[in-house]
Amino acid sequence: MYIYDQYDQRIVDERVAQFRDQTRRYLAGELSDAEFLPLRLQNGLYVQRLAPMLRIAVPYGLLSSAQVRKLAHITRHYDKGYAHVSTRQNIQLNWPVLEEVPDILAELASVQMHAIQTSGNCIRNTTTDQFAGVAADEREDPRPWCEIIRQWSTLHPEFAFLPRKFKIAVCASEQDRAAIHAHDIGVELLPNAAGELGFKVLVGGGLGRTPVIGSVVCEWLEKRHLLTYLEAILRVYNQHGRRDNKYKARIKILVKAMGVEAFRDAVEAEWAQLRDGPSTLTEDEVARAKSFFTSPPYADIDGKDAGEALAARAAADPIFGNWLTRNTHPHRVPGYRAVTISLKATGIAPGDITDRQLDLLADLADSYSFGELRTTHQQNMVLADVEETALYSLWQRLQKAGLATANIGYLTDLICCPGGDYCSLANAKSIPVAEAIQARFEDLDYLYDLGPLELNISGCMNACGHHHIGHIGILGVDKKGAEFYQVSLGGSQSKDAAIGKILGPSFSQDAIPDVVENLLATFVSLRQGDETFLQTYNRVGIEPFKERVYAKAD
Amino acid sequence: MPKLIKQDTICSDDWLAADAASDQVAQHHFPTLPQWRAATGRTLRTVQLQPGDVVAELADALDTLDIIAVDFPVLTDGRGFSYARDLRERGYRGELRATGHFMPDQVHYLRRCGFDAFQPADDSRIEEYLRQSRVFSEQYQASVDQPLPLFRRREAQAG
Repeated sequence: MYIYDQYDQRIVDERVAQFRDQTRRYLAGELSDAEFLPLRLQNGLYVQRLAPMLRIAVPYGLLSSAQVRKLAHITRHYDKGYAHVSTRQNIQLNWPVLEEVPDILAELASVQMHAIQTSGNCIRNTTTDQFAGVAADEREDPRPWCEIIRQWSTLHPEFAFLPRKFKIAVCASEQDRAAIHAHDIGVELLPNAAGELGFKVLVGGGLGRTPVIGSVVCEWLEKRHLLTYLEAILRVYNQHGRRDNKYKARIKILVKAMGVEAFRDAVEAEWAQLRDGPSTLTEDEVARAKSFFTSPPYADIDGKDAGEALAARAAADPIFGNWLTRNTHPHRVPGYRAVTISLKATGIAPGDITDRQLDLLADLADSYSFGELRTTHQQNMVLADVEETALYSLWQRLQKAGLATANIGYLTDLICCPGGDYCSLANAKSIPVAEAIQARFEDLDYLYDLGPLELNISGCMNACGHHHIGHIGILGVDKKGAEFYQVSLGGSQSKDAAIGKILGPSFSQDAIPDVVENLLATFVSLRQGDETFLQTYNRVGIEPFKERVYAKAD
Repeated sequence: MPKLIKQDTICSDDWLAADAASDQVAQHHFPTLPQWRAATGRTLRTVQLQPGDVVAELADALDTLDIIAVDFPVLTDGRGFSYARDLRERGYRGELRATGHFMPDQVHYLRRCGFDAFQPADDSRIEEYLRQSRVFSEQYQASVDQPLPLFRRREAQAG
């Protein structure tokens, strides 16, 4: 993974000193609330319903075991002993004290971490595939490019006061695991006609109250132009994005208003001024970035033998077999797998993890996966490089810690924002809805029979729980002061990206498990062969689901 | 007289914010872009831009201007950061002055975007503006005051 040099360290250390001074001035009354607001947001600090919430950056989801141990220590010492993995692969603390935040940032800086630009109207953490570097369907490792974007976007002087937040995602594989169509900028590494890899650039995708799938602004961009081209897009947005209405301030609204052709012309005009300038990437810089993401020392394993031994183990212990099928992912190196650790056990808020579990995962990373861990935008964690022969003992240790729920990609592996329990923006709670659904559908055989299914819950229009792109989406809405839930169907986050369609009038919180049960029963009755929920929905449309859910109980 | 920062020192001069309501340019007030445009023969040597103004209008008059002021009506409107970089990239060498409701903690970024004079609407904290102007000694990006991005300087160091 990327290791800071003296420059990176100095920038982060100076940032800690700056925020310490800003906090001191705020508490002394020298900075007003209005002034402190963007300053604390750009250091990841929200003021929540109950306490401040601190969002710690996990650049493109990659963590070392030393960093995970530090996070365990911070949650224990400064918080209530648990942390939360967010849908931007970041880590959130729900109970820090403002006065102690500078100390937390200093602790983070000691392990090359920070909270820079994890909130606010600026360029946020760049995200990518949680299986980057190990996926079998990868064209090139996206992480060096993410790191290049991270450095360019960190404390960028021109783009710290944008009309609204700005999110970039990078995908480099056949299957899109980074949801690039739902980002302000989505970048995909693709070959051109000559077979040379470059970037396809999408712009103006996003969720929130106006969900939009990104438009192609550049079919293929030479790699060395990445930063100047991104800078040109940001410059158009910074100057022309709407600032009069925060709900119309995202770049997707600007792209829609201008039309993608006119938007592209404006970007090209800005780019003419920047192209081939000093920010053009050099071969040396790309090589330097790539040098941090080389393969770990994999053992030379006979994949066939390892696979057969594993199959025998799974047959002898079907509970392990379930976990193996659902929670491990193919690896490009024979004899290895990537393991997803489910943070979606019933009764625990989706994405939450305790200090002890963090410590355990750090140990497991050291023992089983070259000392590295990853966070995923589905709010789970990953050990990316596990030998197949070690999976059984790893699984046993995870099971003891409550971290072996075998539900990855299935209904109860749902995505969920912190909602009204924590967030002051939320219209409704989301965690109790998630728990009620998990409790209702605990039978694993039934879940497996339903097949892959993504259910996403957001407590408000800001869509942190990505409800628009869930196969089933649930959105908390406010109806005359009461919490209600709107259900949508047919969303998708992959290459066939789609925005879900609203089923009909919203429901009370109590009704949601029944609604989901009715949706699933409709699917099961109409399903042909091995169809997934999404395939059946795409074939039959929304009507049969509507009829069943809203049928009069007479 | 209003206080401002120029060349890292606190000083004062008699320039005041533009008066957009007037057709005439009042003495000691910056002209607005429309007032500047209306003046014949480019006799006005200063102008104050507002968010939404088209910077390109000044493109071929840059060497007739001594001061371009860029106004920040609210601290969260960041358009002026791009205006400044645009003006510098077009070759403007005169004074580039930030005016209005920016805060001390923005001076560092403003300076990197090409501003070299800072005249906050409320000058009672002017020392704080000076103190916050150089809180970072290193930066990743190319900018007006450091045209080489860090990666090129790293290479120079290594090479």
